[in-house]
Amino acid sequence: MELLIALAVGTMTAVGIYLILRRRAFPVIVGLSMLSYACNVFIFASGRVVAGLPPILSKGAPDYTDPMPQALVLTAIVISFGMTAVIVMMALGSFLQSGHDKVDMGEDAE
Amino acid sequence: MSLALIAALPFLGALLPGLMIRAGRNACALLTGSVTALALLGILLHAPTILGGGVVETRITWVPALGLAADFRLDGLGLLFAGLILGIGLLIILYARFYLAKTDPMGQFYSYLMLFQGAMVGIVLSDNILLLLVFWELTSLSSFLLIGYWKHLPEGRQGARMALAVTGGGGLAMIAGMLILGQIAGTNTISGIIAAGDAIRASDWYLPALILILLGCFTKSAQFPFHFWLPHAMAAPTPVSAYLHSATMVKAGIFLMARLWPALAGTPEWFWLVTGAGLVTMLIGAKIALFKHDLKALLAFSTVSHLGLITMLLGFGTKAAATVAVFHILNHATFKAALFMSAGIVDHETHTRDIRRLGGLRHLMPVTFAIVVIAGLSMAGLPPFNGFLSKEMMLEEAAHTAPWVIPVLTLIAATFSVAYSFRLIAHTFLGAERHDYPHHPHDPGFGLWAAPALLAVLVVLIGLMPMTFASGLVDVAAGAVTGEAVKVKIIHWHGLHSPALWMSLAAVGGGLALLGLFPALLRLWDAAPRPEAKRMFDTVIETLAALARGIDRRLHGGNLADYLWIACATIAGLGLWAFLTGSHVAGGQALQPVPPVVAVGWFALMVGSLAVAIWHRQRLLVLILISIVGLMVSVGFAYLSAPDLALTQISVEVATVILLLLALNFLPKTTPVDTATPRRVLDLGLAATGGLLVGGLIYALLTRDFAFPSIADYHLENSKTLGGGTNVVNVILVDFRGYDTFGEITVLGIAATLIYALTESLLRPGPASDRLRHWENDTQDAGDRHPMMMVVATRMMLPVALMVGIYIFLRGHNVPGGGFIAGLVVAIALVMQYMASGFGWTAARQRIDYHGLIGAGILVAAATGIGSWFAGRPFMTSNYGYFEIWPLEKFELATAALFDLGVFLTVLGAVMLALSSLTRIAIRAGQKVNVEAYDMQDRMGGEEH
Repeated sequence: MELLIALAVGTMTAVGIYLILRRRAFPVIVGLSMLSYACNVFIFASGRVVAGLPPILSKGAPDYTDPMPQALVLTAIVISFGMTAVIVMMALGSFLQSGHDKVDMGEDAE
Repeated sequence: MSLALIAALPFLGALLPGLMIRAGRNACALLTGSVTALALLGILLHAPTILGGGVVETRITWVPALGLAADFRLDGLGLLFAGLILGIGLLIILYARFYLAKTDPMGQFYSYLMLFQGAMVGIVLSDNILLLLVFWELTSLSSFLLIGYWKHLPEGRQGARMALAVTGGGGLAMIAGMLILGQIAGTNTISGIIAAGDAIRASDWYLPALILILLGCFTKSAQFPFHFWLPHAMAAPTPVSAYLHSATMVKAGIFLMARLWPALAGTPEWFWLVTGAGLVTMLIGAKIALFKHDLKALLAFSTVSHLGLITMLLGFGTKAAATVAVFHILNHATFKAALFMSAGIVDHETHTRDIRRLGGLRHLMPVTFAIVVIAGLSMAGLPPFNGFLSKEMMLEEAAHTAPWVIPVLTLIAATFSVAYSFRLIAHTFLGAERHDYPHHPHDPGFGLWAAPALLAVLVVLIGLMPMTFASGLVDVAAGAVTGEAVKVKIIHWHGLHSPALWMSLAAVGGGLALLGLFPALLRLWDAAPRPEAKRMFDTVIETLAALARGIDRRLHGGNLADYLWIACATIAGLGLWAFLTGSHVAGGQALQPVPPVVAVGWFALMVGSLAVAIWHRQRLLVLILISIVGLMVSVGFAYLSAPDLALTQISVEVATVILLLLALNFLPKTTPVDTATPRRVLDLGLAATGGLLVGGLIYALLTRDFAFPSIADYHLENSKTLGGGTNVVNVILVDFRGYDTFGEITVLGIAATLIYALTESLLRPGPASDRLRHWENDTQDAGDRHPMMMVVATRMMLPVALMVGIYIFLRGHNVPGGGFIAGLVVAIALVMQYMASGFGWTAARQRIDYHGLIGAGILVAAATGIGSWFAGRPFMTSNYGYFEIWPLEKFELATAALFDLGVFLTVLGAVMLALSSLTRIAIRAGQKVNVEAYDMQDRMGGEEH
């Protein structure tokens, strides 16, 4: 199980990094989303993973998983939506202003 | 009066002039003056104690762990300085009232002046080095405002900038020096540091600390080679110059040298550094002053020279010399303030400060002439004025100081000093009356000359009866400097055997000779090349700026991919370095088994991720692929005991995909190839490295035990008893860490508002708006924009979806659910209406503004937090109870639920605002807005044709 999680996190991170290094806004946005997944799973997993022990208190439960990383990740997911929305809007704005969706100022600046 | 209050008074007073200026200039000046007078009164009430040899202290603990406290201490030195700052400050306020033109914003001026006054009083009353440093920096900042008061003058702005750069830079050095002193002494109180003088002087860190502190003092007090800023600071209005040059600012450096004298003085390093700098400054300042034609420039360089004199005396390191230094501080403040104000009067009356255009004013302006003669002769060091007394004592000290070069150079400086003082008087007031003054002068009104006249009276009184008017103050001040009891004897006649007498005579004779030869000397001076300090300073600043620009251009070239490359590579490199050099144990945890279903899900996630990378150029395809990844992540959360996360992730996923779809409507549908293959390989290498490292790190974490005991148990144990809920994740969000959540929903609200603002700016007339107006859709419209099936289905579903939302919200405290998830679910239900029935139709039925929703959410959350104040608890303490209302079962009500309601509203509002903003762009692009839900007219019209 641990190996699968590590591989998944690693793959999502790699894909995310590769995409944010592209020159266009859309792949960068997708890359950031991939990185968000990777980070969220990473933080969640740092509380150690276990199946079938949700942190919902009940009489019969033998044990609970760590609720703290879950609480952190929950807000992170929502905030990352807000962040994605802002970046999408900025990308859209820059595309509508300039007619292309490049993310570097290279040619414009020089 | 408490010392802390005295120090605070000018700062409080700084608030008043801006308000009072509406009541007129007199009222404004009067009020400002009365605040200063009150502070002065506070100091004077303590004077009997201080003059009797006592000290007054006020100590307020602030951050004891850091040694940071508001410690105030008033001793003889503090009394002298605080008296000067507040006393002359009062006169400056009076003078400025009549000096400033009608067009000058007087309220602003007094506010700046009071800020500056407060900072100065703070410096001289502080008994804590950290507190002193704060006030020290405040003087740099507030003097910047004062020097640049005439914002329309380029010289004013440049002078202000230069003063800030030099004194602020020195202040930074001084912070380091002071902290070293504090470390050596083991205390941050100045009295403690002074007591530890022997340890400080013996320490290895003595020299670095000394150099750093002297950098601060020398820059502030305009000592060579930092003297150049002071003359440029005279671009300020004359009241400011008079204040800065006499009682404040430049005296701050002197004050600090005097204050730390017992701790630092007496070593060869101190002697050579301080005496050397003082002597050179005194000489250079006096020489330049003689050849300046601007009255204020002449006085500015004479200030430089006199500061050098005081510095030199402090550098001697003897008790007698320090006493003379203290006496001269007093005398210089009186005559220099009077002279500056008089120069201002001349400027005010004749509209010029150029000595070459003046002369013969003695009959036209007799009062001013009298004041200048008294103060000027005192500056020259002639009897019976106070400058004579301290100068005579200074020459006496210098004469007995080895090596011989010191008395010789002192004598030369004194000669120049006499010469420029005589020139000031003679070339301005003596000689024939002229007829070509820019403005015909006469003496000003009483208000303008009252302040300098009072100072001139002091000059005479101290000069005639020093033992009556000055010796008591000098005794206690010098006693505070030297740490020993001082009983000074100030006399006018030292006898024929005194070297000071002969040096004085030589200086006066030489000075008269210099003045006689002035035209010839001036030609020589004009012909000789001399370094222009301002140009050098500007060159240094420009070089630094060019260097910074160069670095900036290289690191910040506008290519996002490069920044991210550098950032990722650095993080990866640092992480690897930390892993390789740090110590860690091998992972011992047994791996958990993988059920086949989980393996399938994992496989889908991996394939989806890799496919995203491979086909990232086809944007619509990527959207589908990434939603597979998101879905698998949600399923993974559900499997790994995180139901709340699974619910959140999946609803966010839906909202994100809708958002990206809406955006893709306007973005290109494919990504062109921008980079060459080598660069892509390089990127791939970095990405793979990053992935390996992060994956490796989490694998390492997962196979090891916790290094520290987890805080999970606390939350699990207290969730029910303290928070009243069994869903621990929700209790953490709305209760244990409610403050964090409050911040997070605020951020979410800000993000949504930002999106709204961006949309507004795009829709405003401009290139973006034009492009939208002429938008040609590159994809075909759907055959049926609002299919009847979907419209009907979503309408049926809306009440159900809302019910589900409410249900998820209500149960959230105890089982998976809560405000975040409910907000997302309801948002999606509403978005479905937009998609199915069209924006126009939905918007027409929307009663509540989304901004309002966000605002209401944050307010509800804040109000819940504030509510706990009324129960006498800290912000955001939660409470809960069980209620039974027929016919319902017993149920629980927690304040946390109210907080969660705020979360719910904010999330709902934010998501809706973000998505509807995109829709507004679509409408601008000419997408048809339907009023009826089904586009029936369109269809009917189509069929008819």
